[in-house]
Amino acid sequence: MATENTTTAPATPAPAAGTSGAKMIMTMGGLGLVCGVLIVAAFQLTLPRIEKNKAAALEKAIFEVIPGATTKTVLSEKDGRLVPASDVPGGMHYYAGYDDQHHLVGVAVEASGQGFADLLKVLYGYSPDDGAVVGMKVLESHETPGLGSKIESDPSFRANFEALAVRVDDAGTGIRNPVTLAKHGEKTQAWEIEAITGATISSRAVTDILHSSTAHTVPVIMSNLQTLQSSQPEGGQ
Amino acid sequence: MSEHASPASEPTSMDAFLKGLWKENPVFVMLLGMCPVLAVTNSVVNGIAMGLASAFVLVMSSMIVSLVRKLIPNEIRIAAFILIIATFVTVVDYLIQAISLDIYKALGAFIALIVVNCNILGRAEAFASKNPVGLSIADAAGVGFGFTIACLALGSVREVLGNGTFAGIRVLGPSFEPWTIMALPGGAFFVLGGWLLLFAWMRERKAARA
Repeated sequence: MATENTTTAPATPAPAAGTSGAKMIMTMGGLGLVCGVLIVAAFQLTLPRIEKNKAAALEKAIFEVIPGATTKTVLSEKDGRLVPASDVPGGMHYYAGYDDQHHLVGVAVEASGQGFADLLKVLYGYSPDDGAVVGMKVLESHETPGLGSKIESDPSFRANFEALAVRVDDAGTGIRNPVTLAKHGEKTQAWEIEAITGATISSRAVTDILHSSTAHTVPVIMSNLQTLQSSQPEGGQ
Repeated sequence: MSEHASPASEPTSMDAFLKGLWKENPVFVMLLGMCPVLAVTNSVVNGIAMGLASAFVLVMSSMIVSLVRKLIPNEIRIAAFILIIATFVTVVDYLIQAISLDIYKALGAFIALIVVNCNILGRAEAFASKNPVGLSIADAAGVGFGFTIACLALGSVREVLGNGTFAGIRVLGPSFEPWTIMALPGGAFFVLGGWLLLFAWMRERKAARA
């Protein structure tokens, strides 16, 4: 048994009494169990605070992507129509933003997709008056620091989302010119997103997210303008 | 690590604490755990957050390693240490999210990377696995705070020069043109080099006077 243990490297002195495999497994298993309990406890204890922080961050982001909005109301989609969010549990939210005169200035929508690394989650604001995306904020990202993370900080990339034209087609069910990606310095159309040099994949990820999200949400927003305009704002910033 | 240099007499907790804090400062003397030091110390707040998060993981894992040191078979000790360290890194990940999402975003992937900070496994292997709990905590706290001070030292210089602010408060007038390089990774090397130069010069002066 232990005396015939010739597989260990001769350089390392064999332990005086070789520990049995069962004991090693028991030790690691026991330690794993304790560590698991610790992690679950930490998760449970911090969860309420984390949720609160995320909700506050979202609230702030909504007013950031709809410039000029001071109050908002939350709606959800049901069979192509927008109804108060409380009627559709678990549904996707449309955050309608209003200015001081209760005039609708924009609608913020969350969208997500695969980034270069892990899930990329953004919030964008759409202005029906301008027929354009008027603001975009990255809510969650694990893009490479210094490269892909520029989608949050690069001023010229951010400028893409100050007035990104997204208009419904004549039938009102699709987008006339879907959002597409252009190489850096080659943006010619109002519906193109100019990529960041060195962060093409992250730029493309943002483009794809907006492309597929707006294709669905913009027709919904445009066909529900009446509902959006008449919905009562629920309170301020 | 330099355990061979430990004195023959029984070390006290204070000695163990001060050793890590200054004489064997993990960053300025040992040059260990450089990756997070260089990467996220572009502001005072980020530097302190990174330092304290690492210190928390260091102290907690050293305590647990020291507590269970007699139960862990020698063959699997490294795996066991990593498991303990990874647990506290996950805990600190949740804690930072609960404290501030902005800091969490700023530190990004470097929170998860605390698990591979060689200071932590180094202290577990070289100190905590051989010493009683109290002494291990003192040692870990010394290294942890030494690391935090180093992150703060880099973060404050980089924020003041790179942004004209200290912890968000403007200290240099509006006519100050920020040195953008200081906020970028390259600036970290310059500032670290500057601090190392200062400490080397101080040591030399002290040696010359003695």
